Amino acid sequence: MRTYLDFEKPIAELESKVAELKAISNGDNSTVSIIDDIENLQQKAQQALTDIYAKLTPWQKTQVARHPERPHCTDFINQLVVDFNALAGDRYFAEDTAIIAGIGRLGKRSIVLIGHEKGSDTQGRLKHNFGMARPEGYRKASRLMEMADRFDLPVVTIVDTAGAYPGVGAEERGQAEAIAQSTNRCLLLGVPIISLIVGEGGSGGAVAIAAANQVLMMEHAIYTVASPEAAASILWRDANRAIDAATNMKITAQDLLEMGVVDSIVPEPIGGAHRDRARSIAAAGEVIEAKLAEFSKLSRDEIRQHRHERFLNIGRSL
Amino acid sequence: MNWISNVVRPRIRSLLTTKPEVPDNMWIKCPETGQMVFYKDLESNQFVVPGSNFHIRMTADTRLKHLFDDACFEKVTVPVVPTDPLKFRDGRRYVDRLRDARSDTSLEDAVIVGAGKLNGQNVVAAVQDFRFMGGSLGMAAGETIITGMMHAVQLKTPFILFTASGGARMQEGILSLMQMPRTTIAVQKLRDNKLPYIVVLTDPTTGGVTASYAMLGDIHIAEPGALICFAGPRVIQQTIREELPEGFQRAEYLLEHGMLDMVVHRHDLRKTLSKLVNLLTVKVNKSSKSEFDSPKDMVLTSKHIGMQNSKIDHSTNRNLATTSLESTSTIGTSEIALTNGLKDSIFHESGSSSSSVISSISETDKKQD
Repeated sequence: MRTYLDFEKPIAELESKVAELKAISNGDNSTVSIIDDIENLQQKAQQALTDIYAKLTPWQKTQVARHPERPHCTDFINQLVVDFNALAGDRYFAEDTAIIAGIGRLGKRSIVLIGHEKGSDTQGRLKHNFGMARPEGYRKASRLMEMADRFDLPVVTIVDTAGAYPGVGAEERGQAEAIAQSTNRCLLLGVPIISLIVGEGGSGGAVAIAAANQVLMMEHAIYTVASPEAAASILWRDANRAIDAATNMKITAQDLLEMGVVDSIVPEPIGGAHRDRARSIAAAGEVIEAKLAEFSKLSRDEIRQHRHERFLNIGRSL
Repeated sequence: MNWISNVVRPRIRSLLTTKPEVPDNMWIKCPETGQMVFYKDLESNQFVVPGSNFHIRMTADTRLKHLFDDACFEKVTVPVVPTDPLKFRDGRRYVDRLRDARSDTSLEDAVIVGAGKLNGQNVVAAVQDFRFMGGSLGMAAGETIITGMMHAVQLKTPFILFTASGGARMQEGILSLMQMPRTTIAVQKLRDNKLPYIVVLTDPTTGGVTASYAMLGDIHIAEPGALICFAGPRVIQQTIREELPEGFQRAEYLLEHGMLDMVVHRHDLRKTLSKLVNLLTVKVNKSSKSEFDSPKDMVLTSKHIGMQNSKIDHSTNRNLATTSLESTSTIGTSEIALTNGLKDSIFHESGSSSSSVISSISETDKKQD
């Protein structure tokens, strides 16, 4: 059973009719007219999908980016990374499964992969704390980046979080410090780091693992200084005005590419990544591999320098 | 229409309205105890409420004057950044908010940088001013911090940063988030050059500011009672829906949890900072005795503070400015007038953003007599 977003209602109606007709026609030797009807309706549904997805508003994109069936970090790992070994723990306090990290092989290359995992069902979401990491998650990320640097392995990060977890324990154990150190570690690396924003890139919790040489975004992903709800509650003290915040803040991949915050966009199938997860993940994998190949020719100093210049130039030529 | 609303109207307004100067006889209420304090007493006590020791927020300019020797520093010029790249409006246009903040505070944006001497040692210091849109970190503030840090690298001096911020500036969207990695790069330049970076966290330091340069110092000092956090108490309360622990996210709490090196009373701040800078930079001292126990190194005397309240009328000030500017024009921007014998008597008033206006205390005193 597919989950439909509110603006997908016309598509939902058409597709349910198609399903109904198919169920009827399955029973007997279907008449030509029913087959024609199905085809006709399918075409209509496809057309509606194309039309709607061609002009998604920033708020609609936010909804797509948060779609429960959208591919998550684990899906990317399962499809793209061979011999993946998850590594656990920050060596100080705990293991935080909101961030998954480990070593594996992307194509021929051995890499360190770090990503937020939101979880795909209720149990998974609870286990992964909805992708909202605590300090331990960021300290684990720092630890693995430092290791990648020593073993000369490139780093790939999968960003998908509403933000770092706001809780008493997280604050007590230095959420801010953990994020600052993780960002610092990204920027210190002598190996390339490529980040892909898959769904939500929310605030400091995202930037902590996205201070990369190349920042890629899925076509319908968003990247924000604060989630639209948080921004609305800061600006208007009213989280219900999230739509206004989303509309005003320039959060879509297309806007961010124009501003030079993002380097390239990975196209999604019509109707979003959740309609064809395998194809979306494969497309992302190709771009990441191509980017890694580009940076493999550069020296450690050049790689670090490139990253510094990339960030220092942001906003200077607007 | 744009020209009228952006240029003409603010000019007319600035002509008609005078700056809100604090009247001499104003009383201030202590936010903690409700005790009423005479403004002048507060000012001469570095804005620490005498009875309760409550540290009231300081303006950036006052902060720098209290830091540097004889309240004398050179304001570092910072590059201009694009204004309102998002064309943002949240009920009001962001450009209007900016304009108001500028006229209310006489600041260009939330951060200023000064270079000068701290107990005879060269330092560069930056201060965030909470009055300017909550000290929020946007492109201008980020660029100013980067410029300040790079200035310290250029002069090979330690860098001191006083933080005070509500976090990232929402009106600049992702571009304000990008200031987190950008400023972190500048911190790395300080480290690459082995220059001390001391952070003084003042009330409040939150959000993206805490989660970047504020938590990357070699030494973290906080003022008593300062709120320091990533997610603010309101956000946390909304998430967990239970009472927060006593003193949660206050300086003393962070000290206890290992995030700070020390909590220092504002009256001892200057002395602590100069000791630390000295210990980190002068590897071997001439003598084994402490240089810091002499009574000379005290907080600003009331005489200096009285000066800031500018009893000098503006015409005198202007005359002084022109004469003393001549003497400084030959001096490089970095090696500020401290070289030309005025060392102990010079007083900088950073009136305009582009150039510092210089006047001499001793001369002014004579004229007033």
